[in-house]
Amino acid sequence: MTSRSRREVLALGAGGAALAVAGRAQATPQEAADAIAKFTGGKPTAPGRITIDLPEIAENGNTVPFTVKVESPMTADDYVSDILVVAPENPRPQIVTFRLTPMCGSAEVATRIRLAATQDVTVVAKTSKGQFISAKRTVKVTVGGCGG
Amino acid sequence: MSNARIKIPESAKKGDVIEIRTLFSHIMETGFRKDASGKPIPREIVNRFTCTFNGKPVFSADLEPAISPNPYIKFSVRLAESGTFRFSWFDDNGTVTTEDRKIAVT
Repeated sequence: MTSRSRREVLALGAGGAALAVAGRAQATPQEAADAIAKFTGGKPTAPGRITIDLPEIAENGNTVPFTVKVESPMTADDYVSDILVVAPENPRPQIVTFRLTPMCGSAEVATRIRLAATQDVTVVAKTSKGQFISAKRTVKVTVGGCGG
Repeated sequence: MSNARIKIPESAKKGDVIEIRTLFSHIMETGFRKDASGKPIPREIVNRFTCTFNGKPVFSADLEPAISPNPYIKFSVRLAESGTFRFSWFDDNGTVTTEDRKIAVT
């Protein structure tokens, strides 16, 4: 078990039958950092130009609407090529990686995600110029989904 | 009946950004759950989604178990010519579901 207290784990288990625990309930902060480092190749990320749309409070962590928009002209020589979404408190921090091309016209993608607990959802975007930008958004999760 | 539902306009103006919405019926079993007897339920998810246009890659996604059941993905596309989209969903069990959609671009 990681940083989570016994009480919190019990609360999670009671609250969400969906969040059953196989071996480990949660990733360590290191795993989330590793996932990001693998994506960036260890390069630093700068803040900005990303809008993350998530509810402030997610009552059902099993399906949380998520939209990300990265400001980009999406032209052949200046576009967003990859968008990584990470939830550090999920059993497996990686949520999804989107691969875009200039043909997308807009770097906006929506999906529905599982969140195991209240946490900062992190987005890292890679541009065609090799820059990495990132943003975070906090979501309060009432009943955890089988995150991960 | 396919598991896939795709919302896409039948026609578009050249250079306009259009929206594509896809929904795929799938349990998205995370592999983190246990059954009533305490045995782990094996993971089975759609781990990849791809969209090509006239054979060229447009958009794809590497999905993890943290994507909700019946994975929904919305993204956009800007077209210069008429053609055919191909959407593919890749299941952990090896199944690939493919759907084609034509669009007229004027």
